[in-house]
Amino acid sequence: MTNYKKASLILENGTVFSGYAFGASRPASGETVFSTAMVGYTETLTDPSFQGQILCVTYPLIGNYGVPKQERDADGTLRAFESEAIHVRALVIGDLSFDFSHWSAAMSLDEWLRRENIPGIWGVDTRALTQMLRDSGSMLGQIVMEGDEPTSELDDPNTRNLIEEVSCKQPIRYREGAGKKVVVIDCGIKHNIIRCLLATGVELIRVPWDYDFNADPTMRDWDGLFISNGPGNPDFCGATVEHIRESMAFGKPIFGICMGNQLLAKAAGAKTYKLKYGHRGHNQPVRMIGTDRCFITSQNHGFAVDDATLGSDWEPWFVNLNDGTNEGIRHKSKPFFSVQFHPEASSGPLDTQYLFKKFVSML
Amino acid sequence: MDTSIKKVLVLGSGALKIGQAGEFDYSGSQALKALREEGIETVLINPNIATVQTSEGVADKVYFLPVTPFFVEKIIAREKPDGILLSFGGQTALNCGVELYRSGVLDKYGVKVLGTPVKTIIDTEDREEFAARMEEIGVKIIRSCAVSSVDEAAAAAAELGYPVILRAAYALGGLGSGFCDNEQQLRSLAEKSFSYSPQVLVEKSLKGWKEIEFEVMRDSYDNCIAVCNMENFDPLGIHTGESIVVAPCQTLDNHDINLLRELAIKIVRHVGIVGECNVQYAYDPGSDDYRVIELNARLSRSSALASKATGYPLAFVAAKLGLGYGLHELKNSVTKTTPAFFEPAIDYIVCKIPRWDLGKFHGVSRKIGSSMKSVGEVMAIGRSFEEALQKGLRMIGQGAHGFVGNKELEVDDVDEALREPTDKRIFVLAKALQQGYTIDQIYELTKIDRWFLHKCRNMVDTLAELQKYSSIEAVPFETLKLAKCQGFSDHQIARALYKDAPGIEARQDEVRTRRKELGIVPYVKQIDTLAAEFPAQTNYLYLTYNGCKHDIEFSGDGRSVIVLGSGAYRIGSSVEFDWCSVNALQTIRNLGWRGVMINYNPETVSTDYDICDRLYFDELSFERVMDIYELEMPHGVIVSVGGQIPNNLALRLHNHQVRILGTSAENIDRAEDRNKFSSIVDALGIDQPKWKELTSLSEIHSFVEEVGYPVLVRPSYVLSGAAMNVCYSDDDLERFLAMAAEVSQSHPVVVSEFMQRCKEIEFDAVADGGNILAYAISEHIEFAGVHSGDATIVYPAQKIYVETMRVIKRVARKIAAALEITGPFNIQFLAKENFVKVIECNLRASRSFPFVSKVSKINLIELATRAMMGEHPAPVSKDEFDFDYVGIKASQFSFTRLLQADPVLGVDMASTGEVGCLGDNFDDALLKSIVSVGYAIPQKGILISSGDALQKASLLDACRLLAAKGFKIYATGGTQRYLTDNGVFCTRALWPSEVEQDPSLAGKFSAALDLLENKQIDLVINIPKNYTHVELTNGYRIRRAAVDFNVPLITNARLATAFVRAFCSMGIDSVSIKTAEEFYQGR
Repeated sequence: MTNYKKASLILENGTVFSGYAFGASRPASGETVFSTAMVGYTETLTDPSFQGQILCVTYPLIGNYGVPKQERDADGTLRAFESEAIHVRALVIGDLSFDFSHWSAAMSLDEWLRRENIPGIWGVDTRALTQMLRDSGSMLGQIVMEGDEPTSELDDPNTRNLIEEVSCKQPIRYREGAGKKVVVIDCGIKHNIIRCLLATGVELIRVPWDYDFNADPTMRDWDGLFISNGPGNPDFCGATVEHIRESMAFGKPIFGICMGNQLLAKAAGAKTYKLKYGHRGHNQPVRMIGTDRCFITSQNHGFAVDDATLGSDWEPWFVNLNDGTNEGIRHKSKPFFSVQFHPEASSGPLDTQYLFKKFVSML
Repeated sequence: MDTSIKKVLVLGSGALKIGQAGEFDYSGSQALKALREEGIETVLINPNIATVQTSEGVADKVYFLPVTPFFVEKIIAREKPDGILLSFGGQTALNCGVELYRSGVLDKYGVKVLGTPVKTIIDTEDREEFAARMEEIGVKIIRSCAVSSVDEAAAAAAELGYPVILRAAYALGGLGSGFCDNEQQLRSLAEKSFSYSPQVLVEKSLKGWKEIEFEVMRDSYDNCIAVCNMENFDPLGIHTGESIVVAPCQTLDNHDINLLRELAIKIVRHVGIVGECNVQYAYDPGSDDYRVIELNARLSRSSALASKATGYPLAFVAAKLGLGYGLHELKNSVTKTTPAFFEPAIDYIVCKIPRWDLGKFHGVSRKIGSSMKSVGEVMAIGRSFEEALQKGLRMIGQGAHGFVGNKELEVDDVDEALREPTDKRIFVLAKALQQGYTIDQIYELTKIDRWFLHKCRNMVDTLAELQKYSSIEAVPFETLKLAKCQGFSDHQIARALYKDAPGIEARQDEVRTRRKELGIVPYVKQIDTLAAEFPAQTNYLYLTYNGCKHDIEFSGDGRSVIVLGSGAYRIGSSVEFDWCSVNALQTIRNLGWRGVMINYNPETVSTDYDICDRLYFDELSFERVMDIYELEMPHGVIVSVGGQIPNNLALRLHNHQVRILGTSAENIDRAEDRNKFSSIVDALGIDQPKWKELTSLSEIHSFVEEVGYPVLVRPSYVLSGAAMNVCYSDDDLERFLAMAAEVSQSHPVVVSEFMQRCKEIEFDAVADGGNILAYAISEHIEFAGVHSGDATIVYPAQKIYVETMRVIKRVARKIAAALEITGPFNIQFLAKENFVKVIECNLRASRSFPFVSKVSKINLIELATRAMMGEHPAPVSKDEFDFDYVGIKASQFSFTRLLQADPVLGVDMASTGEVGCLGDNFDDALLKSIVSVGYAIPQKGILISSGDALQKASLLDACRLLAAKGFKIYATGGTQRYLTDNGVFCTRALWPSEVEQDPSLAGKFSAALDLLENKQIDLVINIPKNYTHVELTNGYRIRRAAVDFNVPLITNARLATAFVRAFCSMGIDSVSIKTAEEFYQGR
């Protein structure tokens, strides 16, 4: 019973957190980040915004409800998953439930990670690790199986265009002719965003991150533009920013989420910067500026928009109540707006899902 | 915020009772603190004198008066408050508030209800209104359809969805009721049901559904947060107060959680809560179907638990929201930088476990179900479920070492014991797993989610692994580490390794030494509400083996003092020790030291992290206290303010070089050990009732021959039922011993002389180096024989001879000197005419410390703490104890909750709470306190059965008074003849057996039970002949009927007489309405 294989997480500052291996028995490296979400590991692990990251979950008991069967809905999106594959490099947790219990579960978390070839470590003091990441900032790290040598070549996902890795390669159309036409720039879109948009009765054209949809005669007549979430540094997306800027000239509604907020801000001339350790969790409080309306939001981002650099036509829309960082921007006169948090949730609270309706009602 | 509010009335919850306990002291204290911070004048009504909220400096004015519309209206007229808080004093305060609203009192005096409007409260309390509100927003609730034909039943079932439950309306005992899985079953059962009753109720069966709770806050800007979600370990059907509960939910996924969270917020917005609210759901284990069970539009036991589980001060914030603040305008009181508008992220698991005391009651069923019977609860924190559960099972303090490795539980039928839950089911679960039951088998029997069962099996497996070894040195590192991570205690591990070998305590030390050598030690973690996302200066701590780093630093400067708290509320140890702990901490801090608290009761104020410099929310076990002591290296430990749990640890801690502050551990032991104490008392020439420790029936008989009946028998090994009993005859004695106890060499029985018709006197005092600094002498109204925790106590004593007082003081001085007492202590005396005997001495604060401290306005705990801290305070001048008012403490019983229990008082304590009221004289104080524990002055009829001849005689004067005042008296057989012979007019009422044996009597006289049922009686005085009844008797049936029909019952002749005298001499209208401070002016 106590013959678990050992493994450790070694951070770039040399700190070693030891635990036991689960999932795939192989090394991995990436940027180590933490999330304070207490549920939703299937959604989180498949969220493309985690591309290249080793994820530490602060809630210690993970795997309790197993992993559901992969089922597709009529539009081809996966229920309970946010993309086709796990995007985190490795998972670091406190206590793993080898035995799971949920009516919808098809396998254990351990088995899923093995199938997806993703390593995990359990038995780690994730609170101590989180404190270190909080105090020193997100840092690179690697997972090393017992008996293996650590590598000196850590993968730094921030040095390359992660969005390119997770974006679709060809345009994908959903419900052609269903209603108003929305172009979705896929920077690593979560399936639930697609579901939330489709639920409003629109037609979607999902395009790769750098696709020039304004030059495509089959898309040029779009009614609204949506910019998705995505991983990493927005500075790699010059092409996308250019396309957004061109699109603004039409004055049609534009809505962005997470990376979409950062890219819209850049298109508006603002700057972004890297947060020390980012916002990842389900309990991020935001306030709509100028009102007493507050929302609990789901978040997952490492970069933020610098409010001070917004042009005079723009204004901050939402603010994070914990640290005062930007949580959304909007144009003062035109229907352009975006949020840093995730109104589609999945995982997380549903307080701000009304924003999808708001966007579509403007088309 | 609303600046027109300058003065606010806060309603407390009164005495602790089952279903409404210490959590409301916590919520009320928090609310008062929140109001004070805003500069608002506060007026508190709460007769519960042992609470922290009624202490000086918490509210501006305190009324120790009943929380009833009658008294509250008088206080409103007197105080003219601008606002009132109804949701911080449990159901008592809420109901009272609703009545005041309905009767127009609040309008009349222009008192604004702060927070959730009364209309909303009514909507949520009334089932029909609530159903209508939920229907408006399409939220599903549990509904039943009344049908009158088989076809209608089938149609209703089809609409509700199978399985359904059928209940034949108006049929007793569940005849014609049952579950149906499909239409065929339904049709066949419905045929039968309609043969019993013309109407059948069809209800969706939610058997085996999960029970989930959400704690939601809403501000006046419509901002909502769901602070905490919790999941019951036991499925629906077991009251949440009777269930093991974990937070956060463990078996729900993201979809489940956010579906229910969203619904909860939708509901809270729709009904219009402002403040805090609890939403309970039934949740299908096989889909995402749900039903709302109920909604509590007030602070609750669950909200107190949620506050402690998350560190989010729900009551404090709710009070601020009532003043009009928005959540975003308030700060998170843990981080102090982030706002109160957020949802705590937890990085640990908490496990709440109820504490039952069913063994204290005769006749009560041990089954648990939809009504609450538990008297307290514990909360355990860990970073694995196993760790939290095992900690918690030790915390409940009923002899368990954890989930496994306990004394073998005798179970006749494991299947049945799993299917029909009792207070022991968690241990039946362990037994079943050890016997090889599969998870699926257990699931089918219990419907406890398999996830929990798998975790339970992990502990069974680990125990089996440990049992393979026979010494600690042989256990591999990984196995030992795993065991500790799963919450095994050193003691539990020692038992697994060394089985029943003697000297288990020494073995436990070996385990401790070995694991420390291996570096297997617990780490201290903070509860910071944000899972370490932001730095927090929080002092709210717990220990876990699932970690590798301490969150805090230990200065080792020896400037801290550890106070050991009182653990779970139970019969005999309750809010009074919380008050003592809180006051000790305050004194320590005022003296410039750091106060460190160890306690694990979520219903307390002492576990509020504002109260101390560091709060360790963890076990009060030798192992854990040592862990904390070794890390903190404090100045010392105080063991004398938390009741018996810390007191029992004193000697062992001392033997491990822990510095005990105050009276030495050896002297505590000399008072605790019956033999040692007895020889001290003998040596000092002090009288005590004769007693002997005996190991055979023949020894017992010869001792009884020497002292005579009655005798008090205290077995050291109790098989079932009460731990001690008074025996009046050989028959009694033999029956009790045969049924309840084992008598043998290894299990001796203590038999003592039982003194009848004696006064019992409490001596509460503080000494320094053996010299008494202050004392309070109070007397019981009842004669000795009623447990001091159940007795009605008067302070200052009103009817004790000066000579008796003198002897008591002299004896107490001798004992204090002999035991070199420094700190609080209590001695109980028996007094009759010219003798005084010592019955017990505790070198710790007693239950009555807050009562005498608040009546006298002399804080005995503060004084005791100063003495223990070596301040050598000056003795309190005698003049300070001279006052012209009276305090009376009365007990609260919860028999209504304990079906079938005989509501009779005896040597074992049965009350769950108490009140203390001040009065201008004895009658004034007595009426207030008796009304505070739920009695009313009779208006209709009084039913009297007055016991044996002596008791009949002692009640005669009271009966004469009642007759003279024109009260309608009903009396049973002998009492009726006796009263009539003595010229008291009364009407005969029939005993239940008389009705059964001779139906012809029924035409001539009323049956006592009918009188009760027909509400013709509003006071029952029923004096049992002695304390030995176990079987169903006439007396039992009348007493039980009184409780079940909610008619006030008094079973003691002395108390009955005092009460009758009081209400005959003054009406309820003439009782004095004065604040505590106004009374204190008469000192």
